[in-house]
Amino acid sequence: MTGALRSMTSATAAAAPTRSARSAPSAWHWCWLTPLLLLLAVMAGTAIGETSIPLDSILEVLANRLWGAEFPVDRIDAGIIWSYRLSRALLAACCGAGLALAGVVLQALLRNPLADPFLMGISAGASTGAVSVAILGLGAGTLTLSLGAFAGAGLAFGLVVLLAHAAGSGTGGGRATQAAGAIILAGIAGSQLFNAVTALIIAKSASAEQARGIMFWLMGNLSGVRWDDVALGLPAALAGLAICLWYRRALDAFTFGADSAASLGIPVRRVRGVLIAAMALVTAAMVSMVGAIGFVGLVIPHAMRFLVGSRHTRLVPASALAGAVFLIGADVLSRILVPGQVLPIGVVTALIGAPAFALILIRGARS
Amino acid sequence: MRLSAEHLGWRVHGQRLLDDVSLTVESGETLGLVGPNGSGKTTLLRVLAGLRRPKVGRVLADGRPMRDMRRHEIARAIAFVEQQADTLDRLEARQAVALGRTPFLSPLRPWSERDDAIVTRALADVDMLPLADRLWHTLSGGERQRVHIARALAQQPSALLLDEPTNHLDIRHQLSILRLVRRLPVTVVIALHDLDQAMDCDRIGVMEGGRLVDIGPPRQVLTLERLRRTFGVHADLLDDPEQGRPVLRFRHAL
Repeated sequence: MTGALRSMTSATAAAAPTRSARSAPSAWHWCWLTPLLLLLAVMAGTAIGETSIPLDSILEVLANRLWGAEFPVDRIDAGIIWSYRLSRALLAACCGAGLALAGVVLQALLRNPLADPFLMGISAGASTGAVSVAILGLGAGTLTLSLGAFAGAGLAFGLVVLLAHAAGSGTGGGRATQAAGAIILAGIAGSQLFNAVTALIIAKSASAEQARGIMFWLMGNLSGVRWDDVALGLPAALAGLAICLWYRRALDAFTFGADSAASLGIPVRRVRGVLIAAMALVTAAMVSMVGAIGFVGLVIPHAMRFLVGSRHTRLVPASALAGAVFLIGADVLSRILVPGQVLPIGVVTALIGAPAFALILIRGARS
Repeated sequence: MRLSAEHLGWRVHGQRLLDDVSLTVESGETLGLVGPNGSGKTTLLRVLAGLRRPKVGRVLADGRPMRDMRRHEIARAIAFVEQQADTLDRLEARQAVALGRTPFLSPLRPWSERDDAIVTRALADVDMLPLADRLWHTLSGGERQRVHIARALAQQPSALLLDEPTNHLDIRHQLSILRLVRRLPVTVVIALHDLDQAMDCDRIGVMEGGRLVDIGPPRQVLTLERLRRTFGVHADLLDDPEQGRPVLRFRHAL
């Protein structure tokens, strides 16, 4: 916790003075500060755990692995660092960044502060897919839990998009604005439907043990993360970041709604389609690996708006960074909070996130 | 910019929002659009601004069909001020105005000092420079509307379309915004509720049930007969020797 919070506050301190300045130096600060913060968070995530590992052995293992150096390191330590904690910390960072970015985009496009990455039925669909594989035995062993979850998420998203499209061809002023409302309502309907299917499958077919396991997975679970997962998560997060940065001005243009964006020269339908589909893919990839980790995608964007303002040139990188650092911190906490037991990370994100966000809200209201 | 509409039509669920509307606004002219609620003023403005494609007919910007223009091309020529566009975001007035530069920027053509200068100029034009650093939610209704107009000005448009920009404003802000709009050297189409204020436009178009029933100089268009037929009010025209134009005195609804 301390690692995550300390990193977040130092990010704040760096961002605050640059808020009104538009000059190049502030951008340069970000360029070296961001990777440094991220590196520190990953190091902390690797060092802290049931057995603490000193920083120099982490560096030695890294040097051995990356540059073929030959430091003498304890083999068990090396195994824990490389195969277990480092990959886990990296994937936590990717998921945090990806989910936070998806939240930024959906909140900006739909003009709704309650929008989050799971709005489009993605987490509900992913859980249905996961229980279909785990409990119903869909695919007869050829499908992994992750693949099932990904397929479920994709299916649910497709259904929500179809529904939104059918409902969105209404009348009256501001068709683009109406479409945003249709997407939200379709997302809620789709989520409810898939949640009900999941509950039905669990109630009908799952043993108590299976039900508990699925419950745990639904709340988010980073144990068992391997480098294969990082190989998927890292490109997904980076692609999400690149797309958000490319469309940052278009996201800004939605400040006063979709019609206003159109009058500023944004091809609203195309931009909205590309961004929502991209963020749905990123979210589905993350959820299929680690389950539905709530709270990050909803709250990190709001917290960052308070700290760096709502212009996406700053908001996008700040949210990606804060999401990454936050989730690494939450993962560390989930491992050490209750000795001998790993808590679902979704529980930890909400437990620290809710009070932290309340603080930001209160401070924001005073300023 | 010369803005023309040819036989615009728009029907939704059998209801005619626009019905064979044709008009031309000359370069530099100020055209006022008046009409009762639901007569199609907003729909017409949206079609003229290129936000909606007409189902029938076409819009020409300087003789070029708008259908063939790309969205950012249209936005570089035509700015649109909506009725009461609002946001929950924490942004400063200057940042809201800076959005007006969007059509000129791309990921490869970043913000420049020239854009800064244009934004400052637009803020100064609407007397909002002293409040440039204020957050949006601390601004009054009139200040917000002036920021919206400044955002439109930052687009450096050849045509400015405004949808009832003085709604919900106190009389002082109404007059200052209208004076600002009249002074602009660009083509202006402005939807207005206040018929007296419409009297100051170069020409007035009257909308009724989606049709443009009359267009011409204010004195010819806003006759007592027209007020009775389209607006359902009984009124008198009183001469105001100081302004050199008649003033409307409304008596009662019919």
